[in-house]
Amino acid sequence: MKRYVAIWLRHLLVDRVLLTRPELEGKSFVLAAKERNRMVVKASSRDALKLGIEPGMVLADARAVQPDLQVVDYDQALPEKLLYALAEWAIRYSPLVAVDLPDGLILDATGCAHLWGSEAAYLKDIATRLKSSGYDVRTAMADTIGTAWAVSRYSRSFPIIAPGEQLSALLPLPPHALRLEAPVIEKMQKLGLYQIKSFIYMPPSVLRRRFGQTTLDQIGKALGNTHEAFEPVQPAEPYQERLSSLEPIQTAAGIEIAIQNLLEKVCERLVKDGNGARQAVLRCYRIDGEIQQVQIGTSGPSCSASHMFKLFELKIASIEPALGIELFVMEAPVTEPLANAQEALWDLSSGNKITAIAELIDRLSARAGADVIHRYLPAQHHWPERAITEATSLTDQPEIDWRTDQHRPVQLLAQPERIIVSAPVPDYPPMLFRYKGDIHRIKKADGPNRIEQEWWIADGMHRDYYAVEDEHGGRYWIFRLGHYNEELSAEWFIHGFFA
Amino acid sequence: METALKKSELVARLRSDILALQGFRAPALGVKHDDFGLGPVMKAFPQGVFPRVGMHEFISQSAEQTAATSGFMAALAGKMMKQDGLCVWVGTCRTIYPFALSQFGVSPDRVIFVDLKKDKDLLWAIEEALKCDALSAVVGEIKELNLTESRRLQLTVEESKVTGLLHRVSPRLSNPVAAVCRWRISPLPSVADDVLPGIGFPRWQVEIEKVRNGEPGSWPLQFRDGSFELTSDSVSFHQYISKVG
Repeated sequence: MKRYVAIWLRHLLVDRVLLTRPELEGKSFVLAAKERNRMVVKASSRDALKLGIEPGMVLADARAVQPDLQVVDYDQALPEKLLYALAEWAIRYSPLVAVDLPDGLILDATGCAHLWGSEAAYLKDIATRLKSSGYDVRTAMADTIGTAWAVSRYSRSFPIIAPGEQLSALLPLPPHALRLEAPVIEKMQKLGLYQIKSFIYMPPSVLRRRFGQTTLDQIGKALGNTHEAFEPVQPAEPYQERLSSLEPIQTAAGIEIAIQNLLEKVCERLVKDGNGARQAVLRCYRIDGEIQQVQIGTSGPSCSASHMFKLFELKIASIEPALGIELFVMEAPVTEPLANAQEALWDLSSGNKITAIAELIDRLSARAGADVIHRYLPAQHHWPERAITEATSLTDQPEIDWRTDQHRPVQLLAQPERIIVSAPVPDYPPMLFRYKGDIHRIKKADGPNRIEQEWWIADGMHRDYYAVEDEHGGRYWIFRLGHYNEELSAEWFIHGFFA
Repeated sequence: METALKKSELVARLRSDILALQGFRAPALGVKHDDFGLGPVMKAFPQGVFPRVGMHEFISQSAEQTAATSGFMAALAGKMMKQDGLCVWVGTCRTIYPFALSQFGVSPDRVIFVDLKKDKDLLWAIEEALKCDALSAVVGEIKELNLTESRRLQLTVEESKVTGLLHRVSPRLSNPVAAVCRWRISPLPSVADDVLPGIGFPRWQVEIEKVRNGEPGSWPLQFRDGSFELTSDSVSFHQYISKVG
């Protein structure tokens, strides 16, 4: 059984204008817009209404009634914008809130009211909150959207319609309460049908013939016989959990408890569905109406509450609780099936190992940035800078074997550095070289090992590499750039240190 | 005579008790311990067992020493990783050439390099990595380290049983830290031979400056075909040929 709340913001635009321009309080003013080359009143303030200035009047007529009438520009997009903002705000009362243009909101309050103690307290809280922020509001609660809407607009009686009591609540109301089209209402009034009870018991075939199928549909929607579509402003996330706090939370410890609590619930549902979260978002609704949001991402689908908590722990400091947080909403907007967790990450023996390492990587990248983690695979290049290529994901496997027959230094300089060398004859290893002011006398040497620049990738000269060892046992990788030239002294570089 | 025997028994028992209290477990009978092929170096460790549950501190002062230490650490990490282990290598300015690690028995794609930008993240990252018991070893390259920080890392290691190898590259002062072992690896001229040209296998002076409950010492070691071997300077060409076969 569903329960719906209809909120009617009678003077939505007027209240809004008063909020932004308090000096208009107590004055008669209207919001007007140009329509067919004349200014037409779109909304009028309470004082203007008392004088009989109704929406739909031409502004000139209204001016005739009240010469010092103030006019405010009417923005066509404003009601929708306002209602959407209010709907976002009302998510604290129910996750399913729909905008009911032009001046209302509908809440799917099924299973929500008990959190406030009772339905009456629930409605009262909504009304008080909205009234205190300056909006004139009327609310009603019923089993169907239609009845709640009707009662909120047209009934002066108790606004909570008990389950199943739709019909008796509708009987005394005017036909307008059924959200009928204007021509139908006009027809009904001509026929003297001023209350719903005067026609609702008519046989459906008669009603259809006289007033059309839509009338029957609207009656069905109000009574709950026909389904009424409900479009919430925020579609419910499949993995969303809410935690409202009895008292506003201000401390980090409190936030931690809330996060743990929510993560456990979310993860429980994720595990049940065999899914893992790739992203999780925590929204903190503050009592001053602001929303604080933190977000984490994981490198692989995760359904471990403790792991995600560790990631959130790093972000807690960035949440500003200000006067306090009254509602926490945790959701996992991006999920992936967990099935591939068993896939081999370097064909490890146990699945636990993979998760542990993926979690470690998540933690590291959450704090220091994703670009700090590197893993390398062999590439089919001899040029030392290109012989390794960075792995794009943790599951990448090397396509070729690592070569061990090539003697490469364990420490490689990012840029080869110039050295001064004295070499006896062309293509012989040098006798000594000077690097950073120290002279190294070469005792043993291997080489030359010529590595050609790959012309299809970059221009440049080849390198003739020598592995040399000095008298103290230091082993170096040095090269001569290009061919030996009699006129120019050859350019020598040091490129690395062997172990 | 009898009392003397009792006394020595008592002392031996007390010694092993103290070791147990200090976190060393006596090698159980029949349990095979990794000896990493370190040969004579193993005698330096308490009861001849390489302390896996501990932080090892390596100090190097020059670029040559850094390279030698990197090679030695890679070889040790390779022994720890065996076939399917994983290793995390943390540092701020990495000069390690991953390609070369394969020469030391480490498959370079099984090493995750964490190249941090800020020094202050370094200790945190090393500690996080040490907490992850799915790893075989964690190598950290750090310049300065004080006793408190190292104690913290050592406690993490004792919790997770992941061996930590800390490489202190030219530290300003070699202050005492809470590592089980302090190593200093310096390159030695290779001993291929006098006749054949070219340089030989990596050869180092492996020095254990400090070891908890053990005997410090210094050995010339050579790394050949994936294992350590003790060498002396006086290996002649003929001896070498006869050994190689």
